Amino acid sequence: MLFPRIIPCLLVKNKGLVKTVKFNIPKYIGDPINAVKIFNEKEVDELIVLDIDATLQQRGPDFNMIENLAAECRMPFCYGGGVTTIKQVQRIIQSGVEKVAISSSAVENPNLVTEAAECMGNQSVVVVLDVKKSFIGDKYEVWTHNGSKNTGKCPSEFAKLMERLGAGEIVINSIDNDGLMKGYDLALVEKIRESISVPLTVLGGAGSLQDIGQLIQKYGAIGAAAGSLFVFKGVYRAVLINYPNRKEKDELIKENYKIY
Amino acid sequence: MITIVNYGLGNIRALVNIYNQLNIPINIAAQCDDLKAASKIILPGVGAFDYAMQRLEISGMRQILDEIVLHRHVPVLGICVGMQMLACSSEEGSLPGLGWMDGEVKKFNSSNLCHSMCVPHMGWNNIKPVKTNCLLKGLDRDARFYFLHSYYFKSNRNEDIIAVTDYNGEFACAVNSESVFGVQFHPEKSHKWGIRLLENFAKI
Repeated sequence: MLFPRIIPCLLVKNKGLVKTVKFNIPKYIGDPINAVKIFNEKEVDELIVLDIDATLQQRGPDFNMIENLAAECRMPFCYGGGVTTIKQVQRIIQSGVEKVAISSSAVENPNLVTEAAECMGNQSVVVVLDVKKSFIGDKYEVWTHNGSKNTGKCPSEFAKLMERLGAGEIVINSIDNDGLMKGYDLALVEKIRESISVPLTVLGGAGSLQDIGQLIQKYGAIGAAAGSLFVFKGVYRAVLINYPNRKEKDELIKENYKIY
Repeated sequence: MITIVNYGLGNIRALVNIYNQLNIPINIAAQCDDLKAASKIILPGVGAFDYAMQRLEISGMRQILDEIVLHRHVPVLGICVGMQMLACSSEEGSLPGLGWMDGEVKKFNSSNLCHSMCVPHMGWNNIKPVKTNCLLKGLDRDARFYFLHSYYFKSNRNEDIIAVTDYNGEFACAVNSESVFGVQFHPEKSHKWGIRLLENFAKI
Protein backbone atom coordinates (compact mmCIF):
# COMPACT_ATOMS: atom_id res chain seq x y z
CA MET A 1 0.00 0.00 0.00
CA LEU A 2 1.27 3.44 -0.88
CA PHE A 3 1.33 5.55 2.29
CA PRO A 4 0.46 9.23 2.52
CA ARG A 5 3.60 11.33 2.92
CA ILE A 6 3.97 13.53 6.00
CA ILE A 7 6.62 16.09 5.15
CA PRO A 8 8.38 18.78 7.19
CA CYS A 9 9.10 21.84 5.08
CA LEU A 10 12.05 24.00 6.17
CA LEU A 11 12.70 27.56 5.01
CA VAL A 12 16.23 28.89 4.67
CA LYS A 13 17.10 32.58 4.99
CA ASN A 14 20.64 33.96 5.44
CA LYS A 15 21.85 30.34 5.85
CA GLY A 16 19.65 29.85 8.90
CA LEU A 17 16.24 28.24 9.25
CA VAL A 18 13.24 30.50 9.70
CA LYS A 19 9.50 30.11 9.95
CA THR A 20 7.18 32.75 8.54
CA VAL A 21 3.58 33.83 9.02
CA LYS A 22 1.79 34.67 5.75
CA PHE A 23 5.26 34.72 4.19
CA ASN A 24 6.28 37.55 6.56
CA ILE A 25 8.00 38.05 9.94
CA PRO A 26 10.57 35.27 9.63
CA LYS A 27 11.40 33.83 13.03
CA TYR A 28 14.81 32.22 13.45
CA ILE A 29 14.57 28.51 14.21
CA GLY A 30 18.13 27.23 14.09
CA ASP A 31 20.74 25.57 11.95
CA PRO A 32 19.58 23.55 8.89
CA ILE A 33 22.02 20.66 9.35
CA ASN A 34 21.03 20.23 12.98
CA ALA A 35 17.36 20.13 12.02
CA VAL A 36 18.08 17.49 9.37
CA LYS A 37 19.94 15.38 11.94
CA ILE A 38 16.94 15.49 14.26
CA PHE A 39 14.55 14.65 11.42
CA ASN A 40 16.79 11.70 10.50
CA GLU A 41 16.34 10.30 13.99
CA LYS A 42 12.60 10.78 13.70
CA GLU A 43 12.56 8.87 10.40
CA VAL A 44 10.51 11.44 8.51
CA ASP A 45 8.90 10.43 5.21
CA GLU A 46 10.50 13.15 3.14
CA LEU A 47 11.97 16.61 3.60
CA ILE A 48 11.47 19.82 1.64
CA VAL A 49 13.98 22.67 2.01
CA LEU A 50 13.19 25.99 0.35
CA ASP A 51 15.71 28.82 0.13
CA ILE A 52 13.34 31.80 0.32
CA ASP A 53 16.04 34.44 -0.31
CA ALA A 54 17.46 33.10 -3.56
CA THR A 55 14.92 34.42 -6.08
CA LEU A 56 14.47 37.74 -4.27
CA GLN A 57 18.23 38.28 -4.20
CA GLN A 58 18.40 37.18 -7.84
CA ARG A 59 21.02 34.59 -7.06
CA GLY A 60 21.29 30.91 -7.84
CA PRO A 61 21.05 28.01 -5.39
CA ASP A 62 23.69 27.68 -2.66
CA PHE A 63 25.26 24.44 -3.90
CA ASN A 64 27.54 24.13 -0.91
CA MET A 65 24.57 24.10 1.43
CA ILE A 66 22.62 21.72 -0.82
CA GLU A 67 25.48 19.21 -0.95
CA ASN A 68 25.86 19.27 2.82
CA LEU A 69 22.13 18.83 3.38
CA ALA A 70 21.85 16.04 0.80
CA ALA A 71 24.73 14.16 2.38
CA GLU A 72 23.12 14.42 5.80
CA CYS A 73 19.57 13.51 4.71
CA ARG A 74 18.68 9.88 5.28
CA MET A 75 15.24 10.56 3.84
CA PRO A 76 14.22 11.71 0.35
CA PHE A 77 15.08 15.34 -0.12
CA CYS A 78 13.43 18.02 -2.24
CA TYR A 79 15.26 21.32 -2.73
CA GLY A 80 13.79 24.58 -4.05
CA GLY A 81 14.90 28.19 -4.36
CA GLY A 82 16.57 30.21 -7.11
CA VAL A 83 16.51 27.43 -9.70
CA THR A 84 16.48 29.08 -13.13
CA THR A 85 18.60 26.93 -15.46
CA ILE A 86 18.85 23.30 -16.52
CA LYS A 87 22.53 23.30 -15.49
CA GLN A 88 21.46 24.13 -11.93
CA VAL A 89 18.88 21.34 -11.99
CA GLN A 90 21.55 18.87 -13.12
CA ARG A 91 24.01 20.02 -10.48
CA ILE A 92 21.39 19.75 -7.72
CA ILE A 93 20.51 16.18 -8.73
CA GLN A 94 24.20 15.34 -8.94
CA SER A 95 24.56 16.60 -5.37
CA GLY A 96 22.34 13.74 -4.23
CA VAL A 97 18.96 15.46 -4.17
CA GLU A 98 15.98 13.37 -5.26
CA LYS A 99 13.66 16.19 -6.33
CA VAL A 100 14.16 19.74 -7.55
CA ALA A 101 11.44 22.31 -6.95
CA ILE A 102 10.88 25.07 -9.48
CA SER A 103 8.66 28.01 -8.63
CA SER A 104 9.23 31.52 -10.08
CA SER A 105 10.98 30.05 -13.11
CA ALA A 106 8.00 27.84 -13.84
CA VAL A 107 6.05 31.06 -14.48
CA GLU A 108 8.79 32.99 -16.25
CA ASN A 109 10.29 30.16 -18.26
CA PRO A 110 7.93 27.14 -18.34
CA ASN A 111 10.27 25.48 -20.81
CA LEU A 112 12.64 24.80 -17.88
CA VAL A 113 10.10 22.33 -16.49
CA THR A 114 10.13 20.39 -19.76
CA GLU A 115 13.92 20.47 -20.04
CA ALA A 116 14.30 19.27 -16.46
CA ALA A 117 11.83 16.43 -16.97
CA GLU A 118 13.53 15.26 -20.17
CA CYS A 119 16.84 15.09 -18.41
CA MET A 120 15.93 13.97 -14.89
CA GLY A 121 12.61 12.24 -15.47
CA ASN A 122 9.33 13.81 -14.36
CA GLN A 123 9.50 12.07 -10.96
CA SER A 124 12.24 14.48 -9.90
CA VAL A 125 10.63 17.70 -11.11
CA VAL A 126 8.41 19.49 -8.61
CA VAL A 127 6.55 22.74 -9.24
CA VAL A 128 5.72 24.79 -6.13
CA LEU A 129 2.78 27.17 -6.43
CA ASP A 130 2.43 29.91 -3.82
CA VAL A 131 -1.25 30.80 -3.81
CA LYS A 132 -3.15 33.73 -2.34
CA LYS A 133 -6.78 34.79 -2.49
CA SER A 134 -7.44 38.11 -4.22
CA PHE A 135 -8.93 41.01 -2.23
CA ILE A 136 -11.81 41.26 -4.63
CA GLY A 137 -13.77 38.22 -5.60
CA ASP A 138 -11.92 35.68 -3.44
CA LYS A 139 -10.12 34.39 -6.49
CA TYR A 140 -7.07 32.17 -6.04
CA GLU A 141 -3.95 33.49 -7.75
CA VAL A 142 -0.36 32.26 -8.12
CA TRP A 143 2.26 34.53 -6.56
CA THR A 144 6.06 34.38 -6.94
CA HIS A 145 9.18 36.00 -5.44
CA ASN A 146 8.36 34.84 -1.93
CA GLY A 147 4.81 36.13 -2.14
CA SER A 148 5.64 39.62 -3.39
CA LYS A 149 4.68 39.34 -7.06
CA ASN A 150 1.22 38.49 -8.34
CA THR A 151 1.17 36.58 -11.62
CA GLY A 152 -2.62 36.70 -11.81
CA LYS A 153 -2.59 33.07 -12.90
CA CYS A 154 -5.26 30.60 -11.85
CA PRO A 155 -3.55 27.87 -9.77
CA SER A 156 -5.57 24.92 -11.07
CA GLU A 157 -5.07 25.87 -14.70
CA PHE A 158 -1.42 26.57 -14.07
CA ALA A 159 -0.96 23.26 -12.24
CA LYS A 160 -2.54 21.46 -15.18
CA LEU A 161 -0.18 23.20 -17.59
CA MET A 162 2.81 22.30 -15.41
CA GLU A 163 1.80 18.64 -15.42
CA ARG A 164 1.54 18.72 -19.20
CA LEU A 165 4.99 20.31 -19.44
CA GLY A 166 6.60 17.60 -17.31
CA ALA A 167 6.11 18.29 -13.60
CA GLY A 168 5.90 15.05 -11.63
CA GLU A 169 4.55 16.64 -8.47
CA ILE A 170 2.74 19.84 -7.59
CA VAL A 171 3.24 21.47 -4.18
CA ILE A 172 0.48 23.91 -3.38
CA ASN A 173 1.40 26.45 -0.73
CA SER A 174 -1.27 28.71 0.77
CA ILE A 175 0.18 32.14 1.56
CA ASP A 176 -3.01 33.12 3.45
CA ASN A 177 -2.74 30.12 5.79
CA ASP A 178 1.06 30.07 6.16
CA GLY A 179 2.14 29.94 9.80
CA LEU A 180 -1.37 30.34 11.20
CA MET A 181 -1.63 26.67 12.20
CA LYS A 182 -5.40 26.74 11.75
CA GLY A 183 -5.67 24.03 9.13
CA TYR A 184 -5.16 23.62 5.40
CA ASP A 185 -7.20 25.51 2.81
CA LEU A 186 -9.25 22.49 1.78
CA ALA A 187 -11.21 24.35 -0.89
CA LEU A 188 -7.93 25.15 -2.63
CA VAL A 189 -6.76 21.54 -2.32
CA GLU A 190 -9.99 20.31 -3.91
CA LYS A 191 -9.57 22.64 -6.91
CA ILE A 192 -6.02 21.49 -7.55
CA ARG A 193 -6.56 17.79 -6.88
CA GLU A 194 -9.29 17.49 -9.47
CA SER A 195 -7.27 19.29 -12.13
CA ILE A 196 -4.10 17.15 -12.07
CA SER A 197 -3.19 13.46 -12.07
CA VAL A 198 0.37 13.70 -10.71
CA PRO A 199 1.04 13.54 -6.93
CA LEU A 200 -0.01 16.59 -4.95
CA THR A 201 1.59 17.91 -1.78
CA VAL A 202 -0.23 20.48 0.33
CA LEU A 203 1.55 23.10 2.41
CA GLY A 204 0.35 26.01 4.51
CA GLY A 205 -1.74 26.02 7.64
CA ALA A 206 -1.36 22.63 9.33
CA GLY A 207 -1.59 23.13 13.10
CA SER A 208 -2.16 19.61 14.34
CA LEU A 209 -1.98 15.98 13.29
CA GLN A 210 -5.77 16.12 12.97
CA ASP A 211 -5.37 18.62 10.13
CA ILE A 212 -3.15 16.09 8.39
CA GLY A 213 -5.62 13.30 9.20
CA GLN A 214 -8.39 15.30 7.57
CA LEU A 215 -6.37 15.58 4.38
CA ILE A 216 -5.59 11.85 4.34
CA GLN A 217 -9.24 11.00 4.95
CA LYS A 218 -10.29 12.89 1.89
CA TYR A 219 -7.40 12.31 -0.49
CA GLY A 220 -5.62 9.12 0.63
CA ALA A 221 -2.00 8.93 -0.44
CA ILE A 222 -1.47 12.69 -0.59
CA GLY A 223 1.58 14.65 0.54
CA ALA A 224 0.83 16.57 3.75
CA ALA A 225 3.57 19.12 4.37
CA ALA A 226 3.96 21.49 7.30
CA GLY A 227 6.43 24.00 8.67
CA SER A 228 5.27 25.44 12.01
CA LEU A 229 3.72 22.17 13.16
CA PHE A 230 7.10 20.41 13.07
CA VAL A 231 9.28 23.22 14.43
CA PHE A 232 7.14 24.80 17.18
CA LYS A 233 5.61 23.42 20.33
CA GLY A 234 2.83 25.00 22.39
CA VAL A 235 0.88 28.26 22.15
CA TYR A 236 3.99 30.39 22.67
CA ARG A 237 5.61 28.83 19.62
CA ALA A 238 8.72 27.64 21.42
CA VAL A 239 11.18 26.18 18.96
CA LEU A 240 11.18 22.41 19.24
CA ILE A 241 11.75 20.16 16.27
CA ASN A 242 9.14 17.41 16.46
CA TYR A 243 7.48 14.76 14.31
CA PRO A 244 5.07 11.92 15.08
CA ASN A 245 6.83 8.65 15.90
CA ARG A 246 6.15 5.56 13.81
CA LYS A 247 3.32 4.36 16.05
CA GLU A 248 1.58 7.74 16.10
CA LYS A 249 1.98 8.11 12.38
CA ASP A 250 0.69 4.63 11.59
CA GLU A 251 -2.31 5.20 13.84
CA LEU A 252 -3.07 8.52 12.19
CA ILE A 253 -2.98 6.84 8.79
CA LYS A 254 -4.98 3.82 9.93
CA GLU A 255 -7.73 6.01 11.36
CA ASN A 256 -8.06 8.12 8.26
CA TYR A 257 -6.91 6.19 5.24
CA LYS A 258 -9.91 4.34 3.86
CA ILE A 259 -8.13 1.61 1.92
CA TYR A 260 -5.87 0.73 4.87
CA MET B 1 35.45 -3.81 -1.62
CA ILE B 2 32.05 -2.37 -2.53
CA THR B 3 32.50 0.10 -5.35
CA ILE B 4 29.87 2.74 -6.07
CA VAL B 5 29.80 3.84 -9.68
CA ASN B 6 29.84 7.63 -9.85
CA TYR B 7 28.66 8.56 -13.33
CA GLY B 8 27.10 11.81 -12.10
CA LEU B 9 23.66 10.62 -11.05
CA GLY B 10 22.29 9.27 -7.80
CA ASN B 11 22.95 9.84 -4.20
CA ILE B 12 26.52 8.63 -3.74
CA ARG B 13 27.08 10.36 -0.40
CA ALA B 14 23.99 8.86 1.20
CA LEU B 15 25.29 5.39 0.29
CA VAL B 16 28.77 6.28 1.58
CA ASN B 17 27.31 7.49 4.89
CA ILE B 18 25.34 4.29 5.41
CA TYR B 19 28.31 2.01 4.69
CA ASN B 20 30.55 4.14 6.91
CA GLN B 21 28.04 3.77 9.69
CA LEU B 22 28.04 -0.01 9.14
CA ASN B 23 31.88 -0.06 9.12
CA ILE B 24 31.88 -1.60 5.68
CA PRO B 25 34.71 -0.36 3.44
CA ILE B 26 33.71 1.18 0.12
CA ASN B 27 35.20 3.20 -2.65
CA ILE B 28 33.80 5.39 -5.39
CA ALA B 29 34.60 4.83 -9.04
CA ALA B 30 34.69 7.80 -11.37
CA GLN B 31 37.00 6.15 -13.92
CA CYS B 32 38.04 2.66 -15.05
CA ASP B 33 41.04 2.37 -12.73
CA ASP B 34 38.82 2.86 -9.69
CA LEU B 35 36.92 -0.33 -10.57
CA LYS B 36 39.98 -2.62 -10.30
CA ALA B 37 39.48 -3.54 -6.66
CA ALA B 38 35.70 -3.98 -6.93
CA SER B 39 34.26 -7.15 -5.46
CA LYS B 40 30.74 -5.65 -5.49
CA ILE B 41 29.29 -2.88 -7.60
CA ILE B 42 26.48 -0.43 -6.86
CA LEU B 43 24.92 1.44 -9.76
CA PRO B 44 22.83 4.22 -8.20
CA GLY B 45 20.62 6.59 -10.11
CA VAL B 46 18.13 9.43 -10.27
CA GLY B 47 17.29 10.60 -13.77
CA ALA B 48 15.71 9.83 -17.10
CA PHE B 49 16.76 6.58 -18.81
CA ASP B 50 18.58 8.00 -21.86
CA TYR B 51 20.29 10.69 -19.81
CA ALA B 52 21.54 8.06 -17.35
CA MET B 53 22.79 5.78 -20.17
CA GLN B 54 24.55 8.73 -21.81
CA ARG B 55 26.20 9.72 -18.54
CA LEU B 56 27.47 6.17 -18.06
CA GLU B 57 28.88 6.10 -21.61
CA ILE B 58 30.57 9.48 -21.10
CA SER B 59 32.13 8.26 -17.84
CA GLY B 60 34.11 5.74 -19.91
CA MET B 61 33.33 2.92 -17.46
CA ARG B 62 30.69 1.14 -19.53
CA GLN B 63 32.97 -1.45 -21.18
CA ILE B 64 34.88 -2.42 -18.06
CA LEU B 65 31.59 -2.73 -16.16
CA ASP B 66 30.30 -5.13 -18.84
CA GLU B 67 33.46 -7.17 -18.39
CA ILE B 68 33.30 -7.16 -14.58
CA VAL B 69 29.60 -8.05 -14.40
CA LEU B 70 29.15 -10.39 -17.37
CA HIS B 71 32.46 -12.26 -17.36
CA ARG B 72 33.80 -11.97 -13.82
CA HIS B 73 30.30 -12.22 -12.33
CA VAL B 74 30.97 -9.60 -9.67
CA PRO B 75 27.67 -8.91 -7.84
CA VAL B 76 26.03 -5.67 -8.92
CA LEU B 77 23.08 -3.78 -7.42
CA GLY B 78 21.18 -1.31 -9.60
CA ILE B 79 19.10 1.27 -7.74
CA CYS B 80 16.05 3.04 -9.23
CA VAL B 81 17.06 4.11 -12.76
CA GLY B 82 20.17 2.01 -12.08
CA MET B 83 17.85 -1.02 -11.93
CA GLN B 84 16.06 0.06 -15.08
CA MET B 85 19.41 0.38 -16.87
CA LEU B 86 19.95 -3.38 -16.30
CA ALA B 87 17.16 -4.00 -18.83
CA CYS B 88 17.48 -4.18 -22.60
CA SER B 89 15.33 -1.16 -23.38
CA SER B 90 12.99 1.45 -21.89
CA GLU B 91 9.84 3.17 -23.03
CA GLU B 92 11.29 6.32 -21.48
CA GLY B 93 14.03 6.57 -24.08
CA SER B 94 15.44 5.25 -27.32
CA LEU B 95 18.91 4.12 -26.21
CA PRO B 96 19.52 0.43 -25.46
CA GLY B 97 20.01 -0.53 -21.83
CA LEU B 98 22.91 -2.52 -20.40
CA GLY B 99 21.09 -5.79 -21.11
CA TRP B 100 22.49 -7.46 -17.99
CA MET B 101 19.00 -8.80 -17.24
CA ASP B 102 16.26 -10.01 -19.54
CA GLY B 103 13.56 -7.38 -19.28
CA GLU B 104 12.29 -4.08 -20.51
CA VAL B 105 11.20 -0.89 -18.81
CA LYS B 106 7.54 0.10 -19.18
CA LYS B 107 5.55 3.17 -18.22
CA PHE B 108 2.82 2.93 -15.60
CA ASN B 109 -0.53 3.28 -17.27
CA SER B 110 -2.05 6.29 -15.53
CA SER B 111 -5.41 6.11 -17.32
CA ASN B 112 -6.64 3.17 -15.24
CA LEU B 113 -5.42 4.48 -11.88
CA CYS B 114 -7.89 5.88 -9.39
CA HIS B 115 -7.48 9.42 -8.10
CA SER B 116 -5.22 8.81 -5.15
CA MET B 117 -3.01 6.62 -7.32
CA CYS B 118 -0.94 8.99 -9.38
CA VAL B 119 1.97 8.61 -11.72
CA PRO B 120 4.77 9.02 -10.73
CA HIS B 121 4.51 6.37 -8.03
CA MET B 122 5.90 8.54 -5.24
CA GLY B 123 6.31 7.71 -1.59
CA TRP B 124 6.61 4.83 0.86
CA ASN B 125 5.21 1.46 -0.11
CA ASN B 126 5.44 -2.12 1.14
CA ILE B 127 7.25 -4.87 -0.67
CA LYS B 128 6.14 -8.50 -0.84
CA PRO B 129 8.93 -11.07 -1.23
CA VAL B 130 7.95 -13.82 -3.68
CA LYS B 131 10.96 -16.01 -3.00
CA THR B 132 13.76 -16.30 -0.49
CA ASN B 133 16.72 -14.18 -1.43
CA CYS B 134 19.78 -13.10 0.50
CA LEU B 135 19.12 -9.45 -0.44
CA LEU B 136 15.84 -9.44 1.51
CA LYS B 137 17.06 -11.33 4.57
CA GLY B 138 15.74 -10.07 7.91
CA LEU B 139 13.17 -7.66 6.49
CA ASP B 140 9.91 -7.84 8.42
CA ARG B 141 6.40 -7.84 6.94
CA ASP B 142 6.08 -4.17 7.79
CA ALA B 143 9.16 -3.19 5.78
CA ARG B 144 8.58 -0.22 3.52
CA PHE B 145 10.72 1.59 1.04
CA TYR B 146 10.75 4.92 -0.75
CA PHE B 147 9.71 4.82 -4.41
CA LEU B 148 10.03 7.61 -6.96
CA HIS B 149 9.37 6.49 -10.54
CA SER B 150 7.02 6.60 -13.52
CA TYR B 151 8.49 3.52 -15.22
CA TYR B 152 8.99 -0.02 -13.95
CA PHE B 153 11.14 -3.01 -14.85
CA LYS B 154 9.17 -5.75 -16.56
CA SER B 155 11.10 -8.98 -16.29
CA ASN B 156 10.85 -11.52 -19.11
CA ARG B 157 11.84 -14.24 -16.68
CA ASN B 158 9.44 -14.72 -13.78
CA GLU B 159 12.08 -16.56 -11.79
CA ASP B 160 14.16 -13.35 -11.64
CA ILE B 161 11.51 -11.51 -9.60
CA ILE B 162 12.28 -11.64 -5.87
CA ALA B 163 9.78 -9.08 -4.55
CA VAL B 164 6.76 -7.23 -5.85
CA THR B 165 4.96 -4.05 -4.85
CA ASP B 166 1.28 -3.35 -5.31
CA TYR B 167 0.42 -0.17 -7.13
CA ASN B 168 -2.90 -0.85 -8.78
CA GLY B 169 -1.45 -4.23 -9.70
CA GLU B 170 1.85 -5.79 -8.82
CA PHE B 171 5.17 -4.88 -10.39
CA ALA B 172 8.66 -6.23 -9.73
CA CYS B 173 10.36 -4.00 -7.18
CA ALA B 174 13.38 -6.27 -6.66
CA VAL B 175 14.99 -8.64 -9.14
CA ASN B 176 17.97 -10.98 -9.20
CA SER B 177 19.54 -13.13 -11.84
CA GLU B 178 22.81 -14.82 -10.90
CA SER B 179 25.04 -11.99 -9.66
CA VAL B 180 22.87 -9.13 -10.97
CA PHE B 181 20.48 -7.44 -8.51
CA GLY B 182 18.13 -4.51 -8.95
CA VAL B 183 15.76 -2.58 -6.71
CA GLN B 184 13.28 0.01 -7.95
CA PHE B 185 13.10 1.81 -4.60
CA HIS B 186 15.82 3.87 -2.93
CA PRO B 187 17.38 1.80 -0.10
CA GLU B 188 19.75 4.69 0.65
CA LYS B 189 16.67 6.78 1.53
CA SER B 190 14.57 4.12 3.26
CA HIS B 191 15.66 4.36 6.89
CA LYS B 192 16.37 1.11 8.78
CA TRP B 193 14.90 -1.16 6.09
CA GLY B 194 17.13 0.32 3.41
CA ILE B 195 20.17 0.05 5.67
CA ARG B 196 19.40 -3.62 6.25
CA LEU B 197 19.10 -4.29 2.52
CA LEU B 198 22.40 -2.53 1.80
CA GLU B 199 24.04 -4.52 4.58
CA ASN B 200 22.62 -7.71 3.06
CA PHE B 201 24.11 -6.79 -0.31
CA ALA B 202 27.49 -6.23 1.32
CA LYS B 203 27.35 -9.74 2.82
CA ILE B 204 26.58 -11.56 -0.44
